[in-house]
Amino acid sequence: MAFDIVALKHLGRLARIGLDETDCAALGGELGPILALVDQLREADVEGVVPMAHPLALAQRMRPDEVTEKPDRDRLQRNAPQVRDGLYLVPRVINGA
Amino acid sequence: MDWEPVIGLEIHAQLLTRSKIFSAASTAFGAEPNVNACPIDLGYPGMLPVLNREVVRMAVMFGLAVDAEIAPRSVFARKNYFYPDLPKGYQISQYELPIVGPGRLTISLEDGHEKVIGITRAHLEEDAGKSLHEAFDGSTGIDLNRAGVPLLEIVSEPDLRSAREAGAYMKAIHTLVRYLGICDGNMQEGSLRCDANVSLRPRGSRSFGTRTEIKNVNSFHFIEQAIDYEIARQADLLESGGTVVQETRLYDPERHETRSMRAKEEANDYRYFPDPDLLPVELDAAFINAIRATLPELPRARRERLQTQYGLSAYDAGVLTAERELADYYEAVVESLGGEAKLSANWVMGELAAALNREGLTIGTSRISAPGLAGLLRQIIDGLISGKLAKEVFEAMWAGEGEADAVIKKRGLRQISDPEALVRVIDEVIAANPSQVAQYKAGKEKLFGYFVGQVMKQTRGRANPAEVNRLLKQRLPPPGG
Amino acid sequence: MTLHGLKAIAAALAAGETTSVALVEAVLEKIERLDGKLNSFVSLTRDVALRAARRADAAISRGETGSLLGIPMAHKDIFCTEGVKTSAGSRMLDSFTAPYDAGVVERLKHAGAVMVGKTNMDEFAMGSSSETSFYGPVGNPWDLGRVPGGSSGGSAAAVAARLVPYATGTDTGGSIRQPAALTGITGIKPTYGRVSRYGMIAFASSLDQGGVLAPSAEDAALVLEAMAGFDPRDSTSVDEPVPEYSALVDESLRGRRIGVPKEFIASGVDPAVSAALATALEQLAGLGCEVEETSLPHLGLSVPTYYVVAPAEASANLARYDGVRFGYRAENPANLTDLYERSRREGFGAEVKRRILIGTFVLSHGYYDAYYLRAQRVRQRIAADFRHAFERYDFLVGPTTPSAAFRLGEKTADPVSMYLNDIFTIGVNLAGLPACSVPMGFDGNLPVGLQMIGKAFDEAGILALAHQYQQVTDWHRRVPPRWE
Repeated sequence: MAFDIVALKHLGRLARIGLDETDCAALGGELGPILALVDQLREADVEGVVPMAHPLALAQRMRPDEVTEKPDRDRLQRNAPQVRDGLYLVPRVINGA
Repeated sequence: MDWEPVIGLEIHAQLLTRSKIFSAASTAFGAEPNVNACPIDLGYPGMLPVLNREVVRMAVMFGLAVDAEIAPRSVFARKNYFYPDLPKGYQISQYELPIVGPGRLTISLEDGHEKVIGITRAHLEEDAGKSLHEAFDGSTGIDLNRAGVPLLEIVSEPDLRSAREAGAYMKAIHTLVRYLGICDGNMQEGSLRCDANVSLRPRGSRSFGTRTEIKNVNSFHFIEQAIDYEIARQADLLESGGTVVQETRLYDPERHETRSMRAKEEANDYRYFPDPDLLPVELDAAFINAIRATLPELPRARRERLQTQYGLSAYDAGVLTAERELADYYEAVVESLGGEAKLSANWVMGELAAALNREGLTIGTSRISAPGLAGLLRQIIDGLISGKLAKEVFEAMWAGEGEADAVIKKRGLRQISDPEALVRVIDEVIAANPSQVAQYKAGKEKLFGYFVGQVMKQTRGRANPAEVNRLLKQRLPPPGG
Repeated sequence: MTLHGLKAIAAALAAGETTSVALVEAVLEKIERLDGKLNSFVSLTRDVALRAARRADAAISRGETGSLLGIPMAHKDIFCTEGVKTSAGSRMLDSFTAPYDAGVVERLKHAGAVMVGKTNMDEFAMGSSSETSFYGPVGNPWDLGRVPGGSSGGSAAAVAARLVPYATGTDTGGSIRQPAALTGITGIKPTYGRVSRYGMIAFASSLDQGGVLAPSAEDAALVLEAMAGFDPRDSTSVDEPVPEYSALVDESLRGRRIGVPKEFIASGVDPAVSAALATALEQLAGLGCEVEETSLPHLGLSVPTYYVVAPAEASANLARYDGVRFGYRAENPANLTDLYERSRREGFGAEVKRRILIGTFVLSHGYYDAYYLRAQRVRQRIAADFRHAFERYDFLVGPTTPSAAFRLGEKTADPVSMYLNDIFTIGVNLAGLPACSVPMGFDGNLPVGLQMIGKAFDEAGILALAHQYQQVTDWHRRVPPRWE
């Protein structure tokens, strides 16, 4: 697996990072060696090994069903690039794009 | 060709918790935009999810109610995609290890048959926010109050074979989640939402055809319409030599049709992986059994019991058990009367249902309580009031005039059964109608009814009709008799 | 006044020889005077600091005491601080003001710590040199042409230059220990779950852990005991009592067993580092410990494992930076896709984008099993190696890094060589264990570090080992000449 321009553009779309031809050319050179590095995993013998998703072998804690958060919209929206009437604004969404 | 529809439903039930699945923000519906979106719901930097215990309890309750396996260990995963109403860029859901495993639900069909529908799984996830596309010129407004509201996604097996069956299954789920008290079932507010997977295959075939997924079918009515439309559309396609494209289609209730959301779907690659901010949910037998002990009697069992215990018809039992509160009300009426199941059923399904319906109230907000209605029915049973006047009393009670006996007393509606009093009235009627009496005695027997009517009129309907008949016959023996 | 250890500062405050306000003024003056070249701070919080200092002085005058009360410090700019810009070293968050304090910030505030500013770091903690920051690279006080390590390079440089008595850091693959080693100070990364991640901007959730950078193990112990502990707002916070580490640093080490994984002394380690290690091992033996060679057979796979797991988690953790609710938004987006793609293209730096793309790739359809799932299995192998080793040993030690600080720009064009600088630290994060780095000598004028790894939740043990090592060495007292 090498990162050609098609693969990179696909990843860029999935990750919503705009990539032009120049970016792709540079990234191809940078990501190739990283992929070669992680490809070392192929050598490992992992037959029958249980995947380890997390360092803690504990169970999820559960909290009581209580509302303790207080409305704080105005302060939170001071960080927002564009709001109106309490709504966050984005360019008009048409067919999911 | 004879095509057999194969249908499976994915139902999203919003769980009735006070706070969200992973944050302590309110789940209240209808708040000002973004007022109930706390930093966790907004995906703020450094914010972390902590699981609401009540959400787990409700999922387990549902699982037990559909005879499903409850996973001793279930895992939350991240489903990655970008959309402005999805603040973190991923939805926390369950993927490989859902909390509820395979189960089943028996549904009743209109023809009286029952059918067992397999439930593949049910898993917990967080809801997304809402995009308001029409909010502003050129912009979409995002309201994240709903982001993080707990959902139970209930996935059926492709066991449904018609739009009717799908509707019946949806209703059965609706009834069940309301019985369990885990979802308010309010489809208008989106508390229960449904996507349908529909495909066709030649009848007798074992394999599956290509399916489409219909989104946005959020009423019992629409679900049947949308599926019927989709079945017809696919059949037309196949009959004319075409092929069904696997895609997501949106139901448009105004045009009664489904429309392709275009095959942009190929770009979807959700990259599920276990959420490292959450640990596996581990449930032991004690936790599950404690919940099992709180399970209410379920709709189907209750319907069957009402039939056997009270001798109700399948139809009446079905109507009375459609909602848990209605069944509770009905049984409370019967209990206070110590029987009279049929009379109670008639009144609950008749006058009471009509009154509730008229004012758009639910049984929980009925203006007449179960003991109140029982008090009225008791008056009828004891012959203290006629059935006809009882309806007047019911309306007065509904209008808030008080309990049955108070209304009857105040309005002077008590039935007159005392022979002496009735004979007095009868004698007055006879005295006042000499010519009719003469005609009657001459053989015009049908005038008997006229005399009964006059007695009822004189007593403003309060005379006990049976007594009037008996006494009148004594006073005016049938001619030639 | 010269800062020389938290105990001494606390004593001076208690004795009325100085005040918190005076310390804050002195610290800020020094930073303003000297940090121009070092670039260890992203922001200074003078007003917040002086308010806290006045409160601390009032408390001290009422007779209250506390080992951190009134003492200035700095937070890595990855910890959210209420009402203060929190950037994670990224243009993406250049305009972001946190509306809450991180759990760590809260606890230290409660202990009376006085934050004077936020320290520079690799963008979103992705880096080993503090060169990927939107705010420019951080210099190493021992040699301004060299990197201080990363990602907590700002905190390390500030402490090494004695601008602040201590600073917080985070460690995902070595981001506390490696900069501590390269700047000649002490850094501890606690057991995963020991310190709250609430309000700590996530890089890789199953690896990230907050910790301390301080001149000595004794100081690190005092800080860690204040910042560690259960936080119900973090589902991965562990409800274990926190020992009073500072009271345990003198516990006898006699008979304690130390394993030296041979993978830590393999080829690729600079001769000066090997020589320093050999001396250090003798000194540890001199403390009464039994030192012998052991093995972590899968350690060599820790870097490839990490570069699957960490980017995968990061690709999701950084999806929230979309220009909608907070953070950078590109100018005049044509449509939603343009808003996303340009905001993220312009808001993130090159290394962050590389890692997001790698993470997206290893989770994507068709590659998940071969990369992500396989990495999880290898992670299990690596963790098992540590478990087996700790059945036999109380501590594992080795060099923190294979070499001393490299030159600014030396590895920026070659990400893999940069990644390999963390070869000895990454395994510890994969296994979730506690570890610290202490200065163990020099390569020329550049410090090198000794890593001490402990059993889960045995921070007390490694702090005792580090402290007693520091009783027989004076590396931790060496201050870069220009910064005295």
